[in-house]
Amino acid sequence: MWILPSLLNKYGILGMNRRNVSYISRYNIRSRYPLVDDKLKTKLLAEKFKLSTPKLRGVIKYQYETAYFPKIVENLDGFAVKPAKGSGGKGILVIKGRQDGLFVKSSGQTITIDDIKRHLSNILAGLYSLSGVPDSVIIEDLIHPSEMFEKLSYDGVPDIRFIVFKGYPVMAMLRLSTRASDGKANLHQGAVGVGLDISSGKGLHAIQHSRRVEKHPDTGLVLDQIQVPDWKNLLLLSAKSYEMTKLGYIGADLVVDKTYGAMLLELNARPGLSIQAANGAGLLPRLEAIEHIDPDLYFTPEERVEFSMNTFNSDFKGLPR
Amino acid sequence: MNSKITFYLLIAGLIISGLCLAWHRHAYLKVPFIPGTEKSVWLVEARIDFTASANPVRVSLDLPDHPPGFRQVSEQAASTGYGFSILENAEGRRAEWTKRNTKGRQTIYYKIQMIEDPDEKSSKIINKNPKAQKVYWDLLQTVAAHQIIDQAYEKSSTPASFARELSRILTSPEPDQNASLLLSEYNIVHLLMRLINHAGIPARISMGLELEDARRYQPLKPVIEIFQENQWTAIDPKTGILGLPDNILLWHREGRSILDVTGGKDSEIRFSMLKQTLPAMDLARLQFNDRISRLNLYSLPIEEQSVFKLLLLLPVGALIVTFMRIIIGIRTSGTFMPVLIALSFLQTQLIQGITAFVSIVVLGLMLRGYLSKLNLLMVARISTLIVLVIFLTSVISVIGYELGFQLGLTLTFFPMIIIAWTIERMSILWEEEGSREVFIQGLGSLCVAIIAYVCMNMDIIRHLTFNFPEIHLIILAFILMMGQYTGYKLTELHRFGVIKKDF
Repeated sequence: MWILPSLLNKYGILGMNRRNVSYISRYNIRSRYPLVDDKLKTKLLAEKFKLSTPKLRGVIKYQYETAYFPKIVENLDGFAVKPAKGSGGKGILVIKGRQDGLFVKSSGQTITIDDIKRHLSNILAGLYSLSGVPDSVIIEDLIHPSEMFEKLSYDGVPDIRFIVFKGYPVMAMLRLSTRASDGKANLHQGAVGVGLDISSGKGLHAIQHSRRVEKHPDTGLVLDQIQVPDWKNLLLLSAKSYEMTKLGYIGADLVVDKTYGAMLLELNARPGLSIQAANGAGLLPRLEAIEHIDPDLYFTPEERVEFSMNTFNSDFKGLPR
Repeated sequence: MNSKITFYLLIAGLIISGLCLAWHRHAYLKVPFIPGTEKSVWLVEARIDFTASANPVRVSLDLPDHPPGFRQVSEQAASTGYGFSILENAEGRRAEWTKRNTKGRQTIYYKIQMIEDPDEKSSKIINKNPKAQKVYWDLLQTVAAHQIIDQAYEKSSTPASFARELSRILTSPEPDQNASLLLSEYNIVHLLMRLINHAGIPARISMGLELEDARRYQPLKPVIEIFQENQWTAIDPKTGILGLPDNILLWHREGRSILDVTGGKDSEIRFSMLKQTLPAMDLARLQFNDRISRLNLYSLPIEEQSVFKLLLLLPVGALIVTFMRIIIGIRTSGTFMPVLIALSFLQTQLIQGITAFVSIVVLGLMLRGYLSKLNLLMVARISTLIVLVIFLTSVISVIGYELGFQLGLTLTFFPMIIIAWTIERMSILWEEEGSREVFIQGLGSLCVAIIAYVCMNMDIIRHLTFNFPEIHLIILAFILMMGQYTGYKLTELHRFGVIKKDF
């Protein structure tokens, strides 16, 4: 389905060119990109700022260290292996348990320790990193999604993407993996995106493959009746990531763990734009509303979340366009 | 806002300077805008025959020197065993052939290429006024001449109008007694010259060549020139109007001899001519060789020139990729890989190129599938791929050659390392995002490559980028402008089409 550019502009849809020129390059300081591009740095920083994040179990930086891998995961049933500089969920291996000396992937497939070691050397060689530079491996605790989320997703952990502009959460989307997306919460690969009302955490619309859907294609759950629990805490955690990174326009990926509650998974300095399609709303009016707040004043994360929740409800229209 | 203004000033400056430089090159150095433009050139050959008498021989021929209405392109002399040089002095140009000892019938050729150019004026300004020649008549003729001069003088005001009146009297269908008397003695050109000189206006006879395609053994024809406004100007003896008919090439202008032969006799000069068409580009190069080469790449050795010809096409490719990605929003694998592929298509031709490229990538992907099972480190894996790609290329070349396709050696122009990387990235993409994304990006890359190829293969673009290097300033301006584009991409109009329902 096609739409006129004048209509897109009227609805305040942010396009990629405008995002890059007017927001990313204007509000994000280049020198601070490594803080979000390198997940290890993000993690250490989050621990410093006391933001809750999955516990770090080990880091592998050199090829010879892969030999110590079995020792690192000795006492862990489930764990996640991630490339520190990966993008778009590439190279993430989730092991949810063991079975007869083999490792069970989140999809239920079993793999050997040698398979994992090969994966480790691929990561170290830079296969999944942004520009092919040598990378390091992060091994962290597995996330146990809360029951409500468990039901929602076909396979894998659903996460919530927030667009955080100058510390204000402006838009949110729940990402649910599907059979088509192979357990990954990546919209490109066919995950379902559910737009969330910032003021309440309720589901608004949902899309899959840039098309509107009413129900989850695999679990059959009606998507616009979702209510995300612990909503205010999630907003607060996403807002705090601004103090941590000082980056003006970021995407914050959060999960809700059964025992630990809201957790910061990773940050992204170039967040995608499909979130607008899932919300059925444009980012521009919200971004402009924030841009009108006097930059000399400082507001605490709590105050900012309060502002966002009061402002960005379903009635929000923004300035006339 | 201020930086915005400087930015647009910069853009405007780039475009204007690009256009001005290109216009200058076109207007003053005659480099054509359109490739394959042809201009007609007169090739005139003078043939001198004489009999040498075993003495040192010197042949001196008067040469055209900036004849009005023509521009000289090139000249050459052909004569075996003769020393040859062109002597230039204030009076004009002469060709001189010399030989110590020769005998018998001799033939010497001199060739000159001239191009018609109405703007070309005889630029020689003479500050010292020449004197009119003294002319002598017999008694009857004196009376007749005086009467004719009086008649014409009455009806004229300037040397030019005087000459015109004279020629009207002499060429009238029923000439009066005086005119008939004088015409019975002299031919009209000589008579006019004498009468004008008699009236105290300097006039002289020059020799011109009537240019007609494919004529042989033409003699020079006398042309009358009068002196006015510090210049010798030819007049048409039939009408007396100033200026020459377009097809008359003034060969010989001073009062000196046309041809001097010392050490020979029975000399004779005849002219043949031919109208040729030459590419305007070659002509510009022939005429302004030194001036052009200072400003561009013609001074480089031919081999380097052809490298630059390709290099200067790259900005066009870059412009297309920028447009396709920013305005259209096509996804490609590797930003500038399509340009490099297009560049190699230029060498291989499109169909063969696409066939070979697709088969190399598909076979490479299959081999890569096996490689991923081998648990290799990445650098080693890509190196392996490079070797395999080179191997595949040679196999395809050989098979193609055996089947009779002239694909053969041109395949070596493929950027092997880039292809190896492309295969690697596509294979990762396949594992990570599925086959759909591979097809989208693969097709996107191929589309952009084909569009870039079509543009870079257009004669006019190849011609402009190489002969007008300043065009690249304009391309640069366009790329910079697109860098500031904040509007929607074409593909986004589809991507966000789903929004329509919500409003």
